[in-house]
Amino acid sequence: MSAFLSGLLRFRRGPWENLATVLIALGVVMLMQPFFLWAYTWSFLVTLVGTVMFIITSHFPE
Amino acid sequence: MTNPLPNPIEAAARATPAPVARRLRGLSDRAIAWIFVAPTIFLLLAINIFPLIWTVRLSFTNFAANRPNREVEWVGLRNYERILTDEGTWANMQTTAHFLVWTIVLQVVIGFTLAWLINRKFKGNDLVTTLIVLPMMLSPAVVGNFWTFLYQPQIGLINYIVELVTGIPASSFSMLGPGGLAPWSIIIVDTWMWTPFVMLICLAGLRSIPDYIYEAAEVDRASKWRQFWTITVPMVLPFLMLAVLFRGIENFKMFDMVTLLTGGGPGNETLLTSIDLKREAFEKWRTGYSSAYAIILFVTVFGLASIYVKALNKVKER
Repeated sequence: MSAFLSGLLRFRRGPWENLATVLIALGVVMLMQPFFLWAYTWSFLVTLVGTVMFIITSHFPE
Repeated sequence: MTNPLPNPIEAAARATPAPVARRLRGLSDRAIAWIFVAPTIFLLLAINIFPLIWTVRLSFTNFAANRPNREVEWVGLRNYERILTDEGTWANMQTTAHFLVWTIVLQVVIGFTLAWLINRKFKGNDLVTTLIVLPMMLSPAVVGNFWTFLYQPQIGLINYIVELVTGIPASSFSMLGPGGLAPWSIIIVDTWMWTPFVMLICLAGLRSIPDYIYEAAEVDRASKWRQFWTITVPMVLPFLMLAVLFRGIENFKMFDMVTLLTGGGPGNETLLTSIDLKREAFEKWRTGYSSAYAIILFVTVFGLASIYVKALNKVKER
């Protein structure tokens, strides 16, 4: 956990990419779940943030 | 004594006409590389990037392609707001999710089982593999058409088999009609068509496991069950994830086969997002609204594709 956090603080690719991946997956789940309309409404924003984050963080050093 | 073969670079230089050679001599290697790459970049910009930027722009307007002379109004985020608060569109997303989840679950379970069986050496292994892979090679349009015939209540083979096995009269139900069977019918067809793909990827994963790992496990007296869960599954998992992501992305965009089988019906039972998008864009002619819809789907697929590329790189590193 501390390695993950220090990776985030030092702008390392691995943890940031993992965070972006989680956001994308969360956004897709929110988009398609049948329970909460509010989750569907905010799903696009979450996916968009995750995708943009993924594009940016894939240029971070290893 | 034979003449030595001429250097190909020298030969090419000699064959280049003098005016062209004079013009090229002044160019750096980088410039020449750009000359070769430029047509591809131009095509990429013209066919992919420009339409994408144009679609983003249209998604903020009320533009209708069937009324090009009407004044276009800038509506800001209203199209996105309408899509993301519309219960009908939400229902279509759930229909797509139902289709996605069940096709992936069935394809992974059946595909992995088939790969595990095929991986054992037996007579006619290659023939069986070829036969299993056949559906994947067919066009979705062809598959859609012939499954429509198979699902016919009067003359279809499926209804006949159901009657033979269960005794339910063949003409009393329709696989593609009302009654809740239509979503399952398209799941069956997609599973029939794409399970071989998952099987091939799993087979590649299974064949990449070295035999000595199993031999070491045998020496340690590990049971077959334990070998399966501690060796086979973890080592095939990256491949399996790759197959899941690939099928997920492909099925999220599924259009042709479902259009041929049900056209989104009966009612809205099989109305996937791609079919809904096509209706909004080319039947209702709400171009601005459908552009926003397309951008939402694009960002979702792009996000999934990013994860897919990451998973692919991990598999390559192994």
